[in-house]
Amino acid sequence: MKFLKVRSEFILVPGLFIVVILAWENLINILEVKETILPTPSRIGEALIYQSQTSFFWTNVWVTTQEALYGFVAATIFAVIAGTFISQIKIVEKTLLPYLVGFQAIPKIALAPIFIIWFGFGQTSKVVMAAIIAFFPILINIIEGLKSADSDHIRMLRVFGASRFQIFKKVQVPSAMPFFFAGLDVGILLSILGAVVGEFLGSQAGLGNMVLVSQYNFETPTMFAILIVLSLMGIFAHIIIKALQKRYVFWADSSNIIGT
Amino acid sequence: MTQQNNAIQDASNEASWISVKGLHKVYRTRTGDSTHALADINFNVRRGEFISIVGPSGCGKTTLLNILAGLISKTEGSAAVSGHEVTKPLSEIGMVFQAPTLLPWRTILENLMIPIEVQKRNKTEYKAIAADLLKLVGLDGFENKYPNELSGGMQQRAGICRALIHSPSVLLMDEPFGALDAMTREYMNLELLRIWKESNQTIALVTHSITEAVFLSDRVIVMSPRPGRIAEIINIELPRPRTLEMMTSDASGHYVQRIRHYFSAANVIE
Ligand SMILES: Nc1ncnc2c1ncn2[C@@H]1O[C@H](COP(=O)(O)OP(=O)(O)OP(=O)(O)O)[C@@H](O)[C@H]1O
Ligand SMILES: [Mg+2]
Repeated sequence: MKFLKVRSEFILVPGLFIVVILAWENLINILEVKETILPTPSRIGEALIYQSQTSFFWTNVWVTTQEALYGFVAATIFAVIAGTFISQIKIVEKTLLPYLVGFQAIPKIALAPIFIIWFGFGQTSKVVMAAIIAFFPILINIIEGLKSADSDHIRMLRVFGASRFQIFKKVQVPSAMPFFFAGLDVGILLSILGAVVGEFLGSQAGLGNMVLVSQYNFETPTMFAILIVLSLMGIFAHIIIKALQKRYVFWADSSNIIGT
Repeated sequence: MTQQNNAIQDASNEASWISVKGLHKVYRTRTGDSTHALADINFNVRRGEFISIVGPSGCGKTTLLNILAGLISKTEGSAAVSGHEVTKPLSEIGMVFQAPTLLPWRTILENLMIPIEVQKRNKTEYKAIAADLLKLVGLDGFENKYPNELSGGMQQRAGICRALIHSPSVLLMDEPFGALDAMTREYMNLELLRIWKESNQTIALVTHSITEAVFLSDRVIVMSPRPGRIAEIINIELPRPRTLEMMTSDASGHYVQRIRHYFSAANVIE
C-alpha cells in the first residue's frame, strides 16, 4: 500500500506541474495576453537562464542572502538570550510579557521606512528589518519550548539532587529543541521576506532592488524569474533547517509542535 | 558533640532510619478545594529494613513517598531520614517512579548516569556499575538504545537501575513492578531481595499486589482511604531468605488474607 502511495505521488506532483505550465503557456498564446501583464512560462524560463549567466544577478542574490542570513542569525541570538531570561526568571517574564505582546501586534513591515531613515539605504537597514521580523516567532517558540519540559522529568532530576541550572541544561533545553527548530523554520523564511521588503523601500542592490528596476523597465518576465529565485532560496533554507532538526532532535515527533 | 553522644545518636538513628511522626498532607487547589491526602501518619523504619505500603488507589501512597523524597512539602508533622528532617531531596535517597521517566534524548546508559552526573561523581567508575546493573535486570546489550526502542517493562527496569546506581542507603519505590508481566515480576522480586541483602539498603516499596508486599517485606503498612491513615502495620514473620514457594505457603496466605480483609471491609476492589 505504502509503496503504491509513494509512487502515485511521484507521478501526480510533476504531472500537475506539467499540466499547469502547458495550460498557462497555451492560454496566454490563445488569448494574446501582453507579456508585460503576464508572461508565458517559457519567457520566464528564458529570463531566468539569461539572468543566471550575468554576474550582476549573482551579486544581487548574494546581497539579499547576506542580509537575510545576518538578520536571521542576529534574531536567533537575541531570541535565545531573551527566551532564556524570560523563561527562567519570573519577574522578567512578568515585566516584559505585555511589551512583547504589544510589539508582536505591530505590523513589522511598517517599520521598514523608519529603519531606512535610521540606518540608510545600505545593507544595515535590511539586516535590521530581517532580524526584527524573524525575532518574535523564534522567541515565542523558545519560551514555549523551555516551558514544555515534562514535570515528571524535572521531578526525577530533583530527586537526585539536581540544581536549577542542571535541570535547565539536562531537561529544559533538550525539551525546547523541537520548538526551537520550528521557530527557526518560520524565522528563516520571514528574514528573507524582511530583507526583500527592506529593499523594496529603498536600496542600491539585492533581489528586491532588481524587482523594482525590472518593474520600472516593464520587464515582467524578469520579475517572475526573481520570484522563482526567492522561492528557491526559501525552500533551500527550509531543507537545511529540517535536516539539522532531524539530526539534533532525532527523538521527537515534530507533528505536534506549534509552528508559529 | 562527644563520641558517646554520637554513638547514642547513631543507635537511635539505626532504629528509626526513616521516621515519620504526626504527618499530615493537605493539597490545596487553585479553586480553593482541599484534599486531605494523609492524616496523622506515624511509623519508623529500621536501618536495613524492607517495608511495603499497600492501600487502595488514591489513599496517599505516592504522596507519602514524595514527602520522604523531599519533592513536596508536608502540611504538619515530621518526616526524617537518617536523622535529618527532609526538607529537600537528599543524595542518600534513590527513587523509582510509578512511570519509568527516562529522558527520550538519552540512551539507556546515559539515563542511568543521570544521578552520577548530577552529583558530580566519577563517571568512568560508575559506567562499570551501570553495565552490571543492566545485566542483572536482563537489559545487557541495550546500553546504547533509546527509551522508545524498549518496551514499557524494559523501561521500568532501566528506571530501577537508575535508582540503584549511586547505591543510596534508602530506596523509595512507587509501584516499580506494575508494568511487568507475572514472570518478570517474580524474577525482579527475587533480584530486588538479593540486591537488598547485599547492599544493606532500607527499602520502602509501594505496591498494589498484596502477595508481593507479603513476600518481600519485614513489615507491611496497610493504609485506609481518604484521608489516608495507617490501618495496621503487620509484621511478616516469614523466614529469610525467601523463596518463591513461600509465596503460596499457608503462612503467607494467612498474611494476605489478613491484609485483604481491610480492603473488602472498606468495599474496595483490589
Ligand atoms: N498535586 C496534587 N494536587 C491535589 N491533589 C492531589 C495531588 N496529588 C495527589 N492528590 C490527591 O491526593 C490523594 C492521594 O494521591 P496519591 O497520588 O498519593 O495516591 P496513591 O495512593 O499513590 O494512588 P495510586 O495507587 O492510584 O497511585 C488523591 O485523592 C489525589 O487526588
Ligand atoms: Mg501512586
